[in-house]
Amino acid sequence: MSTNSLKASTNSLQASSTDRGRAGDKIFSGISLAAGILILAVLFSVAVFLLVQAAPIFTADPTEVTGGNGFAPYILPIVIGTVVAAAIALLIATPIGIAVALFISHYAPRRLARAFGYVVDLLAAIPSVIYGAWGYIILAPQLARVYTWLAENLGWIPIFAGPASQTGKTILTAGIVLAVMVIPIITSLSREIFLQTPNLHEEAALAMGATRWEMVRMAVLPFARPGIISATMLGLGRALGETMAVALVLSPGALVGSLVKSGNQTIAAEIALNFPEAFGLRLNELIAAGLVLFVITLVVNMIARFIITRHKEFSGAN
Amino acid sequence: MSKRIDVKDLNVYYSKFLAVEDVNINIEARSVTAFIGPSGCGKSTFLRTLNRMHEVIPGARVEGEVLLDGDNLYADAVDPVTVRGQIGMVFQRPNPFPTMSIRDNVLAGVKLNNKRMSKSDGDDLVEQSLRGANLWNEVKDRLGRPGSGLSGGQQQRLCIARAIAVSPQVILMDEPCSALDPISTLAIEDLINELKADYTVVIVTHNMQQAARVSDKTAFFNIAGTGKPGKLIEYGDTTTIFNKPAQKATEDYVSGRFG
Repeated sequence: MSTNSLKASTNSLQASSTDRGRAGDKIFSGISLAAGILILAVLFSVAVFLLVQAAPIFTADPTEVTGGNGFAPYILPIVIGTVVAAAIALLIATPIGIAVALFISHYAPRRLARAFGYVVDLLAAIPSVIYGAWGYIILAPQLARVYTWLAENLGWIPIFAGPASQTGKTILTAGIVLAVMVIPIITSLSREIFLQTPNLHEEAALAMGATRWEMVRMAVLPFARPGIISATMLGLGRALGETMAVALVLSPGALVGSLVKSGNQTIAAEIALNFPEAFGLRLNELIAAGLVLFVITLVVNMIARFIITRHKEFSGAN
Repeated sequence: MSKRIDVKDLNVYYSKFLAVEDVNINIEARSVTAFIGPSGCGKSTFLRTLNRMHEVIPGARVEGEVLLDGDNLYADAVDPVTVRGQIGMVFQRPNPFPTMSIRDNVLAGVKLNNKRMSKSDGDDLVEQSLRGANLWNEVKDRLGRPGSGLSGGQQQRLCIARAIAVSPQVILMDEPCSALDPISTLAIEDLINELKADYTVVIVTHNMQQAARVSDKTAFFNIAGTGKPGKLIEYGDTTTIFNKPAQKATEDYVSGRFG
């Protein structure tokens, strides 16, 4: 084909490409750009709102802040409460979530796995107030007995120091209820990742004489590692921000080291319980607490990102 | 190392569907045997029954016997995990573990059986296996790098190194060169020629020139039509199969008249 005819055919292609096809491309790229900008704008406006509304608290007279000693002594105990409750939740939920996900993706007979998968997805959709009510009415009274036993027999360990709460409404109960709420999230996401393990690598492991569990350890878990971390982070997001369930199962109080005594508080529950009656500086104070929660979430997510990218070379993405 | 394989009256089913019918074949130790035939004729399926890898596919099952030096792979007390430890496999697409370094890839199979291995023993085995796979000189300076960073041909040789690191009796290869360029293919073919000094090698290939180049014996599989089971049509010395086949279908296939 001569250069001329090539050029001619290129021109004819240009002429015959319809405007409609091109318009479709433009509209779609416009929509996705707008969506991207929108989410950034919303995030930005939330950040600005938090900063502006929280600002007065940092310059306020310490005696005017709740507790009378300034913002840091006010916020620190509930930051610790929040982190402890979320940590308990993740400590319980991550191994269970991963185990359930593995059962669904690699162990259960196919039909059972599908039914099981639906049930787990359903659990993720239950409103938190229901979990809270269940924790309050069913779980807490049962746990109260366990706490009494723990305080009596293992009370020398500071986290189980007595006297145990008689209602069972402690930070440990809150953590357990949060774990129950987080398990379906971690399970659902991990399952999807486990199912995406390349068949290629599963067969590689099996063909060299790996048992099913060895295959999971060799091929599935390493491949799913970044996904498991992301799933855990989403779970953590829910645990950190959960308000209703914590408000129901925790009788708040000052920071105590024991997990089985009543006391402690989380940021989200603190805001939710006090917001309706708050005005003036108290309002700024609660919003500042929200800002702190925002920062905690951000930091945790950045750490997770860092862990994921650190192993990028070995992720198989190349 | 290296044992012979005798297959007696083997049928392979996918649930109710008979995929491969009545195969009888004797594969000598320390030889290269090629399976050729058109797509869908069951040669890969049959290959997988030689180390029970077909069991990974839901519904797949066999009837008949596969004897490894006289021991039936399908006897009641035999664990497929043990079988696969003795009969290694190399796949169509190179599949080194992406999350492991080159070194760990080579040792992956060994670590399954023998958890504790001194670093120097490990180093020796890595070098020996990579040399055995003609890969040592290319990767000796980057054993800690991910295996997925190698070229396709190097990855496939890494998989071969991983397979021979566990000192198997037999190595099965399922179209090991079909995803590779001609130069890499040549490297693998040279390697197959060297491997037969120590191992029994069975290779499935779509490439008839390749079968002619690397194998001592060739088995031709064919299928009568869609939905019909695949059958072993003819099995003999490679030179005979390619020059004076006994069956018309074999002649048509090797002369390029169909398939």
